[in-house]
Amino acid sequence: MIDALLGILLCQLVGEVASRGLSLPVPGPVVGMLLLFTILRWRGQVPDQLRATAQTILDHLPLLFVPAGVGVIVHLPLLNREGLPLLATIVVSTMITLLVTGFTMRILPKRK
Amino acid sequence: MDERIFSLWVYLAQTPLLWLTTTIAVYRLMTIISRRLGSPPLLNPVLLSIVTIVIILLVSDTPYPTYFDGAQFVHFLLGPATVALAIPLYEAERTLRRIFWPALTGLLIGSITGITAAVVVGRLFGLSDITLRSLVPKSITTPIAMGVAEQLGGLPSLTAVIVIVTGMVGALFGWELLGLIGIHDDGERGFALGLASHGLGTARSLQFSSVAGALAGLAMGLNGAVTSLLAPLIVPWLGL
Repeated sequence: MIDALLGILLCQLVGEVASRGLSLPVPGPVVGMLLLFTILRWRGQVPDQLRATAQTILDHLPLLFVPAGVGVIVHLPLLNREGLPLLATIVVSTMITLLVTGFTMRILPKRK
Repeated sequence: MDERIFSLWVYLAQTPLLWLTTTIAVYRLMTIISRRLGSPPLLNPVLLSIVTIVIILLVSDTPYPTYFDGAQFVHFLLGPATVALAIPLYEAERTLRRIFWPALTGLLIGSITGITAAVVVGRLFGLSDITLRSLVPKSITTPIAMGVAEQLGGLPSLTAVIVIVTGMVGALFGWELLGLIGIHDDGERGFALGLASHGLGTARSLQFSSVAGALAGLAMGLNGAVTSLLAPLIVPWLGL
């Protein structure tokens, strides 16, 4: 558990340093994800311990969005004014994005 | 006795312990309640938890920064969770190879669509300019989205909320919507869902299959990069 956690944090740290140091548009954790992916490909397998630790974190992924979401409390006056049109905009534009992306992928040929 | 309760409250309100525990406890309770209700998508644990905690904060007159002092330990885990997505991604490599070019094209077109649709639709519904600027990076993961909003002259903290709502909307009906237009490949569905609604879309995709979750995580990361590059270029074209 501790080794797996250390490995994940190290990847994130290296990613964060690379992202900021080289002013990459990709955030540190995403660089860390690609780094860990590269390491796994190179090793050719996922250590059991790493798999279990990653599974534990990912099982509770939705929880991690709660603290930022509670930030809505800071914007209650603005939401009182614009909340409904804002919600409508989010719903409609997210649907458009999903449909356009999905449709693009669907019409393009895939490898067998 | 009243005074002792008061001084206990003063102590608790100042330690991160209280709000960290509250966040996890409320979420745990809401997953149980949501499951008891048959896991209706609209009454998902994230939404129920946010509403409950907001009410608790309002009633106890607790400022958000005080709450976040404790909750930041949970918030921090978003980073390691993103790194951990490398494992499902590794296991989905075959799917990734198969849909590589369609996914890359979908990524570019999806990012441009996301930015443009937010501004055009938002203007149609009469949103103010500052709200529109905060809305542009809504499909990408919170930390990058907040940075982009700041660069565009929006309100980063408002963006954080918009991003969560976008994630919930995608998680709510994105998977089904993609099925309706004939997309049944787990990899493609996950990719589109992660692109349009970041981590919550990824969490939703993980419920269906690890391949879908992996591709969603990848799309989330890539769209964060592409949108942060394209948004400053596209937004002036949209007259904002």
